Amino acid sequence: MLRDITLGQYYPADSILHKLDPRVKLFGTLIYIISLFLFDNIWGILWITLALVCVVRLSKVPFSFMIRGLRSIIILLIVAGVFNLFLTPGQEIASFGIFKITMEGLRNASLMTVRMVYLIIGTSIMTLTTTPNQLTDGLEKSLHGLTKLNVPVHEIAMMMSIALRFIPILIEETDKIMKAQMARGADFESGNIFQKARNMVPLLVPLFVSAFRRAYDLAQAMEARCYNGGEGRTKMKPLKYVSRDRNAYILIFVAFVVTIVLKVVL
Amino acid sequence: MALELKDITYKYSAGTAYEITALDHINVTFPDGEFIGIIGHTGSGKSTLVQHLNGLIKATSGEIIYNGQNIYDKDYSMKELRTQVGMVFQYPEHQLFETTVYDDVAFGPKNQGLDDKDVALRTYEAMEAVGFPQELCDVSPFELSGGQKRRVAIAGVMAMKPAVLILDEPTAGLDPMGRDEILNMLKETHERTGNTVILVSHSMEDVANYADRIIVIDKGQIKYNDTPKNVFKHYKDLEKMGLAAPQVTYFMNDLKNAGMPVSTDATTVQEARDEILKLMGR
Ligand SMILES: Nc1ncnc2c1ncn2[C@@H]1O[C@H](COP(=O)(O)OP(=O)(O)O)[C@@H](O)[C@H]1O
Ligand SMILES: [Mg+2]
Repeated sequence: MLRDITLGQYYPADSILHKLDPRVKLFGTLIYIISLFLFDNIWGILWITLALVCVVRLSKVPFSFMIRGLRSIIILLIVAGVFNLFLTPGQEIASFGIFKITMEGLRNASLMTVRMVYLIIGTSIMTLTTTPNQLTDGLEKSLHGLTKLNVPVHEIAMMMSIALRFIPILIEETDKIMKAQMARGADFESGNIFQKARNMVPLLVPLFVSAFRRAYDLAQAMEARCYNGGEGRTKMKPLKYVSRDRNAYILIFVAFVVTIVLKVVL
Repeated sequence: MALELKDITYKYSAGTAYEITALDHINVTFPDGEFIGIIGHTGSGKSTLVQHLNGLIKATSGEIIYNGQNIYDKDYSMKELRTQVGMVFQYPEHQLFETTVYDDVAFGPKNQGLDDKDVALRTYEAMEAVGFPQELCDVSPFELSGGQKRRVAIAGVMAMKPAVLILDEPTAGLDPMGRDEILNMLKETHERTGNTVILVSHSMEDVANYADRIIVIDKGQIKYNDTPKNVFKHYKDLEKMGLAAPQVTYFMNDLKNAGMPVSTDATTVQEARDEILKLMGR
C-alpha cells in the first residue's frame, strides 16, 4: 500500500559513485547542469552523452530506476516539444495546414527535450547514489561559508534531515492508522468530494496528534542531551576527502574544460 | 465454519531492492470458538499474518477461506468481512480521534449501519466489557490515562461484535495489573460469547495462561501449532528462535533434573502448584 513508495529513492549498491563524498557529487551535478545549458551543437550533445553513459555504468544502479523520474514530466516534455516544433518561426521544412515545422523549431525542440531528459537522469543519479542524510551533510558543509553572512546553515540542514527522517515514519503511521480505521469500517474511497473530506477526519486527527507527540518527544530528547545548535558540534562520521574524491574533482574539471573548448572551437 | 489460510506468501516491496518475504507458505486453520495465541520474535511476521485475516493486506500468493468463501473473490465484500473479523492493532490508542469517548467507541457500530438505539446499546455494552466507567463516556479520549485509552480503543472494536477478534500485542507497554485486567476481560468475554480470539504476543506467560492453542511463528513460517503443553516441551528450540518458555516450565524442569519425580507439563503457576502439592501428598 502506501508504504511501497520509496522516498529519497536511494538505491543501495557498492559502487565508486556511492562511496564518493557527497560534496563532490553535488559539485559534479552543478557542473553537469551548467554544461547542459552551455552546449548548443551536436558535438556537445555527443560529449555529454558519453560522460553520462560512463557515470551511469559506474553507478551500478539499474537504468530503469533513473528513467523513473521521467514519467512524471513526460506530459510536460511532449507539450513543450510540440510547441517548440510548430511555433518557432524560421525556414519551413514541412507543413500541415496552418501548422508548419521549421528547421529552427526542430532544433529547439530536440535540444530542449535532450536537456530536460538529461537533467532528470543526471540528478536522479545523484539522489540514487546518495542517502538523504549524506546529501544534507554535504550541503551543510559546502554552504558552511554562508554562516558568516548570518545564514543559519546548520539549523536549516538539521531541519532538513529531521524532516527527511520523519517522512517514512509518517507514511508508516498513516498506513497503520488507515488500516486501523478501515478495520472499524471506515471508508476512504467512495462518496463525493465533501464526503471524502469528512471521511478523512478519522485519519487526520490521529495523524496530527501523533506528529505533535513525536515532535515533542524529539525536542525533549534533544534538549535532554544538551543540543544547542551547530556551534562547536562534532560529527560521528565527519566528511573527509580521500584520494578518490580529489581524482573525481580533477575529472570533473577536465570534463568541464573539454565542454568549454568544444563550445568555443566548434 | 472457520478461517482458513492456504499457502499464503507475502512479500513487502515486491520487485524492488527492498523486497522482504514476511510470510513464507503459511497453512493454518482457525476453527470457530477457540482462543488462539500467536507468538514469535519481533519481526517474525505476526502482525503481517493477522492483517491478512480481515483483508487489510492482500497475499502475494495463496488463498484465504472464511466460512467457505474465498475472500479474494471479486464479488466478496471486504466491508462485511471486516465486521465479522475485528482487529485491534498494536498501540490501538493511537487511532482515537473523536471528541468524546462515546463517539469513538460508537464509530465502528455506526459504520455497520445500525440504528441509534443499537449503536448506543453496543457502545455501552463494550465499555462495560472492558471495564471503562460509564460516567466518563463524555470526556475527550485524549484526556485519559494510557491504560484507559487502550480500553477505549479495544472497546471500539468489541462494540462491532466480531465473530473473530484479533488483538495484536494488546498488552504492550502496560503495567502488570493493566495487562492482567485486559487479558482476563478477553477470556471472560470469550467464555461468555464463544467468539474466536486470536491473541498476538511475544510473551509466553500471557499466552500460556489464556490460550487453548499456540501457534509459533519464526521467520515467516509456522514452527509449532499445538496445545501450550506440547509447545513448551520444545523450550530448547523456542530459545533458538529468541523466545522462552514460561518461567514455570524452567522451574519444573529444574526440579525434575534435581531428582524430584514431577511431571514437566505444567504451563501456569497454578498447575505447577497443584503438581508439587500432589507430590508432597497434600
Ligand atoms: N510496511 C512494511 N514494509 C516493509 N517491510 C515490513 C513492513 N512491515 C513489516 N515489515 C517486515 O516484515 C517482517 C515481519 O514484520 P511483522 O509482521 O511486523 O513482524 P512482528 O509483528 O512479528 O514483529 C519484518 O522483517 C519487518 O521488517
Ligand atoms: Mg508486530
